[in-house]
Amino acid sequence: MALFEAQNVTKRFATQTALDSVSISVPEQSIYGLLGPNGAGKTTLIRIINQITAPDSGAIFLNGRPIRPDDVHNIGYLPEERGLYKKMKVGEQALYLAQLKGLSHAEAMRRLKYWFKKLEIIGWWDKKIQELSKGMQQKVQFITTVLHEPKLLIFDEPFTGFDPINVKQIKEEILFLRERGATIIFSTHNMGSVEELCDHITLINKANTILEGSVEKIRRDWAANEFNIIFDGEVTPAGNGHFSVLNSDFEAGKSVVRIKATESGDTNEIIKAMTAAGKVVSFNPALPSMNEIFIRVVETRNREAAKN
Amino acid sequence: MNKISLIIRREYITRVRKKSFIIMTLLTPFLFALIFIIPMLVMSNEDKNFKKIAVIEEGSDLFTNVIPDTKDTDFEYLQGVRLNDIKNNFSEMGYYGVLYISPQIVTTPDAIQLISRKQPPIGLLDHISGSLEKEIEKQKLLAYNIENLDEILHTINTSVRIQTIKMDESGSTRETSTGISMALAYLGGFLMYMLVFMFGSMVMRGVIEEKTNRIVEVIISSVKPVQLMLGKIIGVALVGLTQFALWIVLTLALVIVVKSSFLPDGAMEQMQQLPQSFAGADQAMAGAGASTISAEQLTEFQKLFAGALNQPWGLIIFSFIFYFLTGYLLYASLFAAIGSAVDNETETQQFMLPVTIPIILGLIVAMGTMQNPESSLSFWFSIIPLTSPIVMMARIPFDVPAWEIALSMGLMLITIFGAVWMAAKIYRTGILMYGKKTSYKELWKWLTYKG
Repeated sequence: MALFEAQNVTKRFATQTALDSVSISVPEQSIYGLLGPNGAGKTTLIRIINQITAPDSGAIFLNGRPIRPDDVHNIGYLPEERGLYKKMKVGEQALYLAQLKGLSHAEAMRRLKYWFKKLEIIGWWDKKIQELSKGMQQKVQFITTVLHEPKLLIFDEPFTGFDPINVKQIKEEILFLRERGATIIFSTHNMGSVEELCDHITLINKANTILEGSVEKIRRDWAANEFNIIFDGEVTPAGNGHFSVLNSDFEAGKSVVRIKATESGDTNEIIKAMTAAGKVVSFNPALPSMNEIFIRVVETRNREAAKN
Repeated sequence: MNKISLIIRREYITRVRKKSFIIMTLLTPFLFALIFIIPMLVMSNEDKNFKKIAVIEEGSDLFTNVIPDTKDTDFEYLQGVRLNDIKNNFSEMGYYGVLYISPQIVTTPDAIQLISRKQPPIGLLDHISGSLEKEIEKQKLLAYNIENLDEILHTINTSVRIQTIKMDESGSTRETSTGISMALAYLGGFLMYMLVFMFGSMVMRGVIEEKTNRIVEVIISSVKPVQLMLGKIIGVALVGLTQFALWIVLTLALVIVVKSSFLPDGAMEQMQQLPQSFAGADQAMAGAGASTISAEQLTEFQKLFAGALNQPWGLIIFSFIFYFLTGYLLYASLFAAIGSAVDNETETQQFMLPVTIPIILGLIVAMGTMQNPESSLSFWFSIIPLTSPIVMMARIPFDVPAWEIALSMGLMLITIFGAVWMAAKIYRTGILMYGKKTSYKELWKWLTYKG
């Protein structure tokens, strides 16, 4: 069941269309990637979900019913352009933001203590924000986003500013939040983390959805019928009616060969040819990375648009 | 509603805790107190040293003994001494100064010199010139050979003091003091100007801060922009009221402490006349220039006091609070809208001008109002909401018809709703706009956005 749904959302500003009849459907307890080049309309869509701005037309549903003003309590939002009051103390500020989200003072305190301990920043409670490093500030902001345990979390580029250790920690926290029932909309340009975290994605370009679906399926759909084979020893299989060899490398006693199946290529025949050629260590379909797909889809679209 | 109160609380607490707030709140009373205390000190420390002044006339003795001695100054009329004999060593001879009267005095009035080491007090100069003027007048009159001149002079010696009485339509009268009305007008108008400006721009800086450090997006995903804006405006208003109250209390406390511990008794007695009214201060100080208070001066004080009591205090206080709150609300919302439309404080200038002009215009008209409270310029500016808080405050001590006050206040209330509505529209869009410089055209577009 979809926790969140946007149907044909359109938003126009004076000179441009930010969103042109965009629809997304976010399954419950999934991580949903909202992708797109800069200026595609992602931020506008996120602001509409947060009810910061209203769409010109289209409908927004949360939990199967039209979204309501008090649903802000069910949403947690970590904006890309992050900011906190620089001169306010960390704890005070987190408490303030939690109370604005509707938590009582006592409950907010209890949860803050838990999260501050968990992310190892309890010692920073009485420091001012401006005394913190960028990563520390990000952690504080992450906590204030998830503290009220919203059903829907929106993270816009959550990993910028973090070192690899903290990136790992935050990734784990995001997966943990999903396990505990949260649904996450995740906007980023970091395609590596999309492959790692996202179940579904939507790719928005110039106010329109151009690609949509589960990450697995998209990668398979975009696979160019290519395979990676690793052989023991130096082996170079010869192409036949079923496949052609794209390239082959020999390194550290192993051969890495990339082949492309022909139109009428039969996988069983290919495998047979491989096992005949040498000792096969592994045989994998070569899935394109999300990065490649992103670039190909967007560039194709833009070329088409330029032609018209 | 609960969220607005959270916002108000944060705005209030973070500002009140700031070092700059604490320093301003503590230091300003010293400045205020100085304004009261310095005149007291000057008065009580006025050169009380006994002075001897040598009077030299060359070639005549017309003015011998003309200048009477005062309590602390003796005039010695030296006969047959030339100015050059004494000019360089009068100080060693024990004189404070040398008064040289040249024979041309009757025809050329500036033929008098007072030579001294120090700047002589103004009272002394007045005393000398007054005495000499009178004598010269007398000499000139004598030249007309009028009989019984002394008697005539005595009977024509008059002094005029105007008693101002205001009479309303029912015929009941009360004594008023134009001096006090003017002082109140000045104080009311100027204070209004200062407060509206100071706290209005505090709101603006707050909005810019939230916008530039991007926290605004986090907050308006929890509350409505208009709640954030109103919370800030109300929070700052409370800061203003707190600071204002502390200033009054601390200033009074300081004045009392200084008065009782540093000033001699004599000065204290004089100053006891002062608290009766701020407004009386100027006149009281002038009156107290001579070191004892004459009976005449005392009645003067009583009149001032009565005049102060007869001011419509209830109305003044009510209007002050009303116009402070409404004027502040009006300008603070405009300032908030400006703050939301820019990326940093230097960019505010292009939008500040249209907001600043009415305030300054108001102040200028308010100053003119003191001279002529009934002018049509004053009337219109006290009705138009952008200037009415300042100008009406300057008019009220001079009695304003009730319908004018009602009209002014009514218009003000309507305008506030308009201003807050407009500001909220601009604010809502502005706080999320980054990077490009905003034009008036753009502001207009924001005003007309729906949703």
